[in-house]
Amino acid sequence: MMKNVVEVRDLVVVRGEREVLPGISLDVPAGVTGLLGPSGCGKTTLLRCLVGAQRVRSGTVEVLGEPAGSPPLRTRVGYVTQAASVYDDLTVAENLAFFARVLGVDRAQVDEAVAAVDLGDHRDQVVAKLSGGQRSRASLAVALLGTPDLLVLDEPTVGLDPVLRRDLWDLFHRIADRGAAVLVSSHVMDEAERCHRLLLMREGRIIADGSPDEIRRSTGVQDVEQAFLRLVEGRGGAR
Amino acid sequence: MNPQITLAVAGRVLTQIRRDHRTVAMLLVVPCLLITLLWWMFADLPGDLFDTFGPGLLAMFPFIVMFLVTSVTTLRERSSGTLERLLTMPLGKLDFLLGYAIAFGLLAAVQATLAVTVSVGLLGLDVTGPVWLLGVVAVADAVLGAALGLLVSAFATTEFQAVQFMPAFVLPQILLCGLFVPREAMPSLLEAVSNVLPMSYAVDAMQELVGAADTVEVWGDVLVVGAFALGALALGAATLRRRTP
Repeated sequence: MMKNVVEVRDLVVVRGEREVLPGISLDVPAGVTGLLGPSGCGKTTLLRCLVGAQRVRSGTVEVLGEPAGSPPLRTRVGYVTQAASVYDDLTVAENLAFFARVLGVDRAQVDEAVAAVDLGDHRDQVVAKLSGGQRSRASLAVALLGTPDLLVLDEPTVGLDPVLRRDLWDLFHRIADRGAAVLVSSHVMDEAERCHRLLLMREGRIIADGSPDEIRRSTGVQDVEQAFLRLVEGRGGAR
Repeated sequence: MNPQITLAVAGRVLTQIRRDHRTVAMLLVVPCLLITLLWWMFADLPGDLFDTFGPGLLAMFPFIVMFLVTSVTTLRERSSGTLERLLTMPLGKLDFLLGYAIAFGLLAAVQATLAVTVSVGLLGLDVTGPVWLLGVVAVADAVLGAALGLLVSAFATTEFQAVQFMPAFVLPQILLCGLFVPREAMPSLLEAVSNVLPMSYAVDAMQELVGAADTVEVWGDVLVVGAFALGALALGAATLRRRTP
């Protein structure tokens, strides 16, 4: 039995005056895990904690058995922020070649990453000239460099057309099949069905955790969107 | 710190700038045009006013230009998320800062070579000291400008704000550097302020090279400029945080 890739315990994050994460605990195993919840529920903050970009108040975050953000993890965790974090004035290939040098990985991986996100026809095009979907795929390609053991993706499919979304989810599964853990956040509930496991999040807390089947069964509804609404409203009623 | 990563950053910054043809043209041509304008302005006046004001202008170009370019590019890097991404990777803060300093230092060397060639070769600027030392001073100025630009970008949240730091940080230095009023003739408070502003030393170095040409003095000034640049880089490094609130 493999140890969890991510273990978060009693994590508290305060941004400004607001307690965004008031003491959250969760595990992420290998496979594709969906982190679902409405906008502003703390998904991005949580993901930033996993890559060591967020200042935390208390609690522990362990990734691959090391404290999140520690130097040995910097080549083993791939991170894609919500906005495409690539250089607009460089071509796709130049962007990847630069990040490959920073990560110290082989140039050959640049071509693999370009192929993985299906940007072969655009590799020598400047990123600023690409469409929104192509830009976010370029950003995703950077995260694939160095075949990370954990891929943290912040809403990678937002605003993409259905065909592209399907292709990306297929890619996430291929990456997971290779043995990596993929954590994907989304506020689109219909993406839930594509995950091995789901974490439903609301106001900085995990309100449900299990496979899509388990979550549907425990709430007795047909789809995850309904399950989420039921959980939210159930909780609201108890207050 | 890792030299390979430092060079990767420098190479990337240069590729970005190279792609922007208009910026390259402005960086290289505008200083030459301005120095020519200065020469022309003094053309009908008696005396060698161009020799008095020319060196000061040569010291200012690299500083101003690099300040502006760096503050905007690093601000972009902060707001686009690329900096956050880089800081989750095995990139040291010094790699980032030195990479920028190397890229802009190189660019400044090219810029200074052109401006000095025009000034000395075409416009007859009389340089008593070694001409190559003008280039060294210009590169030191550029690195200083870049370092300060990096620093102030941490305090700007929009590109508009970043550009506003130019009148706030750079214009007072131009006024007090001794070009308009000799520093020793200023009210003592202003003289004291001028003594702690890096531009004063940059302009001093250039004027010394053209005038008395005491190379020891020049190197002393260059050292002061370099120390300011290092100080600004160190402060800039403090504003680069892997973890942000």
